[in-house]
Parts: sequence; C-alpha cells; structure tokens
Amino acid sequence: MSETLNRLRDMARPDRVFDFMVPDVSPVDVRHGPILYMEDVTVSFDGFRAIDRLNLTIDDGELRCIIGPNGAGKTTMMDIITGKTRPDSGQVWFGSRHNLLRLAEPEVASLGIGRKFQKPTVFEALTVFENLELAMAGDRRVWTTFMARLDHEGRARLDEVLETIGLEAERDRWAGVLSHGQKQWLEIGMLLMQRPRLLLIDEPVAGMTEQEMHRTADLLNRLAGQQSVVVVEHDMGFVRSIARHVTVLHQGSVLAEGSMDAVAADPRVREVYLGAEEERHA
Amino acid sequence: MSQVRTVSSGTGSVRRSMGHLSDRTTTFTCAVLMMAAVLVVGLNLLPSDHALHVGDATVSLLGKYCCYMLLALAVDLIWGYLGILSLGHGAFFALGGYAMGLYLNAQGANVDGWQAWLGHFPLAMLAVVLAPGLLALVFGWLAFRSRVTGVYFSIITQAMTFALMLAFNRNEMGVGGSTGLTRFRELLGMPLNSHAMTVALFVASLMAVLLAFVVCRMITTSRLGRVCIATRDAEARTRFLGYRVEHVKLAVFVVSAVMAGIAGALYVPQVGIINPGSFAPLFSIEVVVWVALGGRATLFGALIGALVVNWLKTVLTTEMPDAWLFILGGLFVVVTMALPQGIAGLAASLRRNRGGSAHE
Repeated sequence: MSETLNRLRDMARPDRVFDFMVPDVSPVDVRHGPILYMEDVTVSFDGFRAIDRLNLTIDDGELRCIIGPNGAGKTTMMDIITGKTRPDSGQVWFGSRHNLLRLAEPEVASLGIGRKFQKPTVFEALTVFENLELAMAGDRRVWTTFMARLDHEGRARLDEVLETIGLEAERDRWAGVLSHGQKQWLEIGMLLMQRPRLLLIDEPVAGMTEQEMHRTADLLNRLAGQQSVVVVEHDMGFVRSIARHVTVLHQGSVLAEGSMDAVAADPRVREVYLGAEEERHA
Repeated sequence: MSQVRTVSSGTGSVRRSMGHLSDRTTTFTCAVLMMAAVLVVGLNLLPSDHALHVGDATVSLLGKYCCYMLLALAVDLIWGYLGILSLGHGAFFALGGYAMGLYLNAQGANVDGWQAWLGHFPLAMLAVVLAPGLLALVFGWLAFRSRVTGVYFSIITQAMTFALMLAFNRNEMGVGGSTGLTRFRELLGMPLNSHAMTVALFVASLMAVLLAFVVCRMITTSRLGRVCIATRDAEARTRFLGYRVEHVKLAVFVVSAVMAGIAGALYVPQVGIINPGSFAPLFSIEVVVWVALGGRATLFGALIGALVVNWLKTVLTTEMPDAWLFILGGLFVVVTMALPQGIAGLAASLRRNRGGSAHE
C-alpha cells in the first residue's frame, strides 16, 4: 500500500518526467579515447583518389589545424565527417559509439557536429540576436515555431554566445550591415547555439583584416576546451598563432602531424607546401 | 523582383523598428480601420441631402475595396515575407467567391445535389475556407516538396488559375458556365439590395481586413515570421539550420489562400456576380501590382496599395477609360524604378528625413 503511494508521489514530483518522455539521445561517448576517429578512409571520384587511406584522430576539446595545398582533400574530409560524401572504404567514428558512416547529414548535425562553410551566410534582414535565436537548438516544427517564446534559459544562452563571439554591442543591429569579420563570428555563434561537440571551420580568416584575424584567433582558442575545433586554413601566419597541433594533408593522406614548429621543420612539408608558399612570397 | 531588401542603413532601421514595435503598428492600423468603419457608417446615417452624406453605392464600393485589401494582404504575406510570388491568388479568391455564389444561388431557388448542401450557411462558410485551403494544400505540397521556387512557381500558379478559368467556363461544371452566377436575392434571409445589408457587408469586410491584419502580424512577428524571412533570403541556409522549409511554406501558403478565399466570399454579395473572369491570370497579376505599389513586406503597404490603385481605377475608368491600363503600367514602372519599397517605403523615408532634420 505504502509502496503504491510512494510510486504515486514519485509520479507527481514536479522535478521529474516520465521515463517515456525523456528524449532518446545517446550522448557522445569519449571515455575511451578521441572524439573523432578516422581510419583508412579512401574515397575516389572518377578514379581520382581525393582521400587516400587517411588516418586522423581528434581528441575531446582539442583545437586542431589542418593545412595542405589545394586539392589535398581538406574539403572532402569535411564532407565525409558531416555525411555529405560517403567514403569507398574505411571507418569514421564520433566518440566510441556513433558510426558516422551510417548517419545522414541532419543526424550528424543533431549529434553535435557543426560545420562553418567558407562563405559567411547569415540572415541579413534579421538582427544579430534574431540570427542566433533561429539557430538555437529546439523543436523546429511549424506550429511550435509559431508559438515559440524565448525562455529564460534560452535568453541566457544567447547572451552567453553573444559575449563569446564579442558581438554584444551589435545585438540589435541588422546582420546585413555587419563587417565581413563580424559576419564570420556571428556564424560561428550560430553554430555554438546548437551546442556542438565538434566544430569544423573552413578558412575562417579569408578576407579578414589583421585585427579581425587576432580576434578570430582569440575566439577559436577560447572555444577549444569546451568543444573540439577543427580549422582548415591557408593562412600560415594565422595557423601559427592558434595551433598547438597541426596536421598536414597532401594528396589525400596525412603527410605530417605535430606542433607547428616541428611540422614546419619537416623537409617533406617544406617541399610540398611551405616551400611552395615561400617561393610564391619571394 | 526577388531583391526585396537591399542592404542600406536606411531601410534597415525602418524594418527593425517595425519588427520590434510590433504592437504600435498593429494598434495604429487597427485604430485607423476602426475609425474608417465608424466614419463611413456615421456619414451614411446622415440625411441624404446632407453635404457629407455617403450613399449606399459608395459604402458598397468601399466594401469592395476592403475585399481587395484583404486579397492584397494575403499576397503580401507570402510574397513579402516568404518570397513566394504567387501569380494565381485570384484563383483562391474566385473559389471563395464561387462557394459564396453557390450559397446565394441556392436561396429561394431550386437546386439539387451538392449545390443544395451549399445552401446551408454553415456548410457554405466551410466551403469558403476549405475550397481554397485544400487547393493550396495540394498544390503547395506538390510544388514545395519538389522545391519549385522563384519564377517557375509563379508560372505554374498562372497555369493553375488559367486552367481553373477554362474549367469554370464549361457549362458541364454546373456553376453557370461563362455567365457565372448572378441575380442573387438574399443572404441569411435578408435581401441583398437592402440598405442594412450594404452597410453590414461593408462592416464585415472591414472587420475581416482588421482580423487578417492581426493574424498576419502575429505570424510575421513570431519566430515563424523570422524563419519566413530567413527562408526568403537564404533558403538553403535555413534548411541547414534544421527548419523544414517546405512545411513552413505550405502552412503560410494555405493561410494566405484561405484569406484570399474569404476576400472572394465577401466580394461576391457586394458586386452581385461571380464569373470565370475572376480566374483570369491578369487579375492575379494586378493584385501583385497593388502590393508592389504599396510596398512589399510591410502588410500595411498592401492595404494602401490595394486601396489607392482601386480608387484610381474607379475614378480613371470612368473619366478616361482608354488610358487606365497605360496609367497602371506606368505607375508600376515608376514605382519599381523610383520607389522600390513602394508607398510604404516612401512614407517611411519621409518620416526618417523629418526626424533627422529635427535633430540638427
């Protein structure tokens, strides 16, 4: 009798929900190693091997830079991780529980992999605040979107992200009037609203001023730790300023990996990439 | 036409202030509409030899304008905020009109079969909502699911309304063929040509505009409204954020079609006829011109545009009937080139300039 009563009391507790209402999310399991694990991944387009037996691991909370000459397979690698391209062979795991090769693009996104494309696309006719609001994780159905009101928690999250990307002062400005750099930060902020575990960022500082580059480096360094960040970048000066760990891709596989100085000293790297870069500058 | 909003600091501040002071815009427009209703009804009550007396004919004309305003509102909702240029909204208007026409036709007359069902007022009202709503649902579902956008969508909406015009022209449809439905006698047991009915229909039309305006404001100022704007400006990006763009478009398209249907239903008893001419592709294009003239994506711009153009039409087609189409075309060209934001944009920039000089 008292047991039944207890169970009833349990059911009426305001701080709990019924078991069937708990959302079915299996969090990313990183207890046993890296957050991203790619092994022997190969993909070819019409006989051309864009990715050739690529091995790559990213640790939880790491900030990794990926560099490499044009055609080294950087973008294809991102496509594979986000489910846009399927490799011919190999394995790609997110944590130790999620096989990314079995998931479609939206599922990958909802697991917490956010991707920022090179060209900034923000909603220009909406304010910075509204842009972030639309990006916030939540129910996306028509009626719930119509009825949606920003709750306390959402507002707090929004303010937090605004502060992280340094656009508090632009909060109510129209995204269309932001500078190129500010748009890039806003877009990173939109990714952050979805609470990603892994951020893939494609050439964040292309077209930025020196000052904007410094702020972007700051931002990326702050993001690392809370989430893993993979940055693909061409600008060597920028990579030097943020990277603790650099991977050099060449012809679809890893040519070298290590600290920026160690990589820069590697003769093979100098030959295929840095050398060419220096020659161009000379 | 797809470029609604060019990024300039001027239009930016206008749009933003409209988004955030939503209540003021809504309250102001509603107040103006209410005042118009009171004014017109009041002046109508004056003795007919009084200088300010508004005759029944004018009241009826204003009621007709209200229906056009409601239709313009429906077009602005999807064109202005979602970027869907429907050149077939006249079809939804006409379907609502036919549903009402069939109801009126069944009053005191011998009709049988399904048309007799429409003789019951509640069922007829249901048909007014369902006929355009279902057409929009099926048509929109097919179009948006196949990601038909832009000018292709506009063209198939033209084809849709043209096809319906041909269908309703056929006598076999049983809805009057090319003559359409006319010689209506009474509505809800009251004679249509009575003074009270004229005023009642005018007030009902104006209230419908008011209600639709509030509904549109509710949609456009909600998060869904922001998703609409996002969809209009960067559809792929919106989809990438996880929004089901097709569903958003379909929902708003259906709401818009129902609004157009209601406009048609209120229109028919006031003009006393509905025929396949309402399905004419040209009419649907004219509606778009009203909205463009008034100013897209502002809602009240659509109201102003519909009112101004139709008033001009009434005046000019009696004064110089041959020139009207040239004037309409000329107006469209001038507005597109000189006032891309329409009359609403002009009003906003005038207000801004005045505000600016006051500070200096």
